[in-house]
Amino acid sequence: MEINRVNTRIIPFRFEYHSPSSLGEALTILSRYGSEARILAGGTDLLVDMKQRLIEPRHLVDIKRIPELKLLGGDAGGFMIGSAVRLRELERSEAIKGRLPLLHEAISSMGSVQVRNMATLGGNLCRASPSADAAVALLALEAEALIAGPTGTKKVPLEGFFLGPRATLLRPDEILTGVYVPYPPEGAGSAFIKLGRTSLDLAIVNIAVVLKLRGGIVEHCRIAMGAVAPKPLRLRNIESFLSGRGLTPEALEEALGMVEASIKPITDIRATADYRREVSKVLLRDAIKTAVERCGGLGS
Amino acid sequence: MRIEFTLNGRRRRVDVEPNQLLLNLLRDELGLTGAKYGCGIGVCGACTVLLDGEPVLSCLILAVEVDGKTVETVEGLGEGGGLDPVQEAFIETGAIQCGFCTPGFIMAAKALLKENPEPTEREIREYLKGNLCRCTGYVNIVKAVKLAAERAKHLT
Repeated sequence: MEINRVNTRIIPFRFEYHSPSSLGEALTILSRYGSEARILAGGTDLLVDMKQRLIEPRHLVDIKRIPELKLLGGDAGGFMIGSAVRLRELERSEAIKGRLPLLHEAISSMGSVQVRNMATLGGNLCRASPSADAAVALLALEAEALIAGPTGTKKVPLEGFFLGPRATLLRPDEILTGVYVPYPPEGAGSAFIKLGRTSLDLAIVNIAVVLKLRGGIVEHCRIAMGAVAPKPLRLRNIESFLSGRGLTPEALEEALGMVEASIKPITDIRATADYRREVSKVLLRDAIKTAVERCGGLGS
Repeated sequence: MRIEFTLNGRRRRVDVEPNQLLLNLLRDELGLTGAKYGCGIGVCGACTVLLDGEPVLSCLILAVEVDGKTVETVEGLGEGGGLDPVQEAFIETGAIQCGFCTPGFIMAAKALLKENPEPTEREIREYLKGNLCRCTGYVNIVKAVKLAAERAKHLT
């Protein structure tokens, strides 16, 4: 038993594999097996957990052959991204690079090319890691999660989707079908910054900022941070403090002073809580600076 | 479960267990031991193969998932028993020491050069960052990819 817990060469137990070709079929399977079943998307997290027997689902429901979950397309107001779309496809999308550069920046920073070829956006979100790069970018973009279940579909703000580490709103018989990402306001600048031990590692802290100035005054401000709390966070108190203000050195200093009270970092193998508190301020300063430059500078 | 896929240009039909990993199908059942079991958790890249032309980690893909798809391993490279230009470049630049990581590097490098025939050093290092080598320090691996790119350029 102990040996199997650390042997990552095999998956040391049996399960039934399902590969539904429609959303309806997938929902039926999930309803039938409940918490005995797990959804398999990219597998880059799920199979690692299974190899270590951290979870032992009796049924795997592979959602990668469901066309509805692989949609990727923009409309007048934003982008619809299916939950089974792979990170690499998002990274390569010129439309996303052009209209949602923040999401492009966050996704390009994730894992290795191999992992991005496998991992899906939905998988990254449903894992609900406090440090999920895509989640942090999508929070700053005010994305909505699209959920399908036995009783129909619903749309919830992504912010409410995360409940804590590895915990989301999803019930065992529901599927995250995708996210809807509204375009940021015309003329806004954005920045995603990730601090990690190496560029391959998960974030020690990550941050996403969307900012728009009008006549030097902050008109639109969204700030999200990861790996500083049990779930990816919107820093609403700082957003509202900055809104309607000029970005003077004093205002910025005051905003940075609000960071510590807004976050609840822990100490883990990547960094100490103290370090995270300190570096969060630095990242906020850097991200605001870059976002301001990208929307045309302080005078805009 | 019965699956059918294209492996190094040949149609293959095999029976697999749902919990069987692609890497173990290749190594244990099909005798292709080029892809290696390194970390098993998606960090080292030693198990890299191409799935529909894109580098992926065969230690984190179920064999059943490749049904209907195309898989390429290092054994499929080279024509008529010869070596692929990327393999030649690895040998010439001394990009191999123990060789354990080499098949993974070569498959990732093949995908890189197909997508970006003239990568800069920075682009090479970025693309190959998911492949770990504990012997070479990467310098000669980067040289090998550059050499293969230069040669391909002169051929065309």
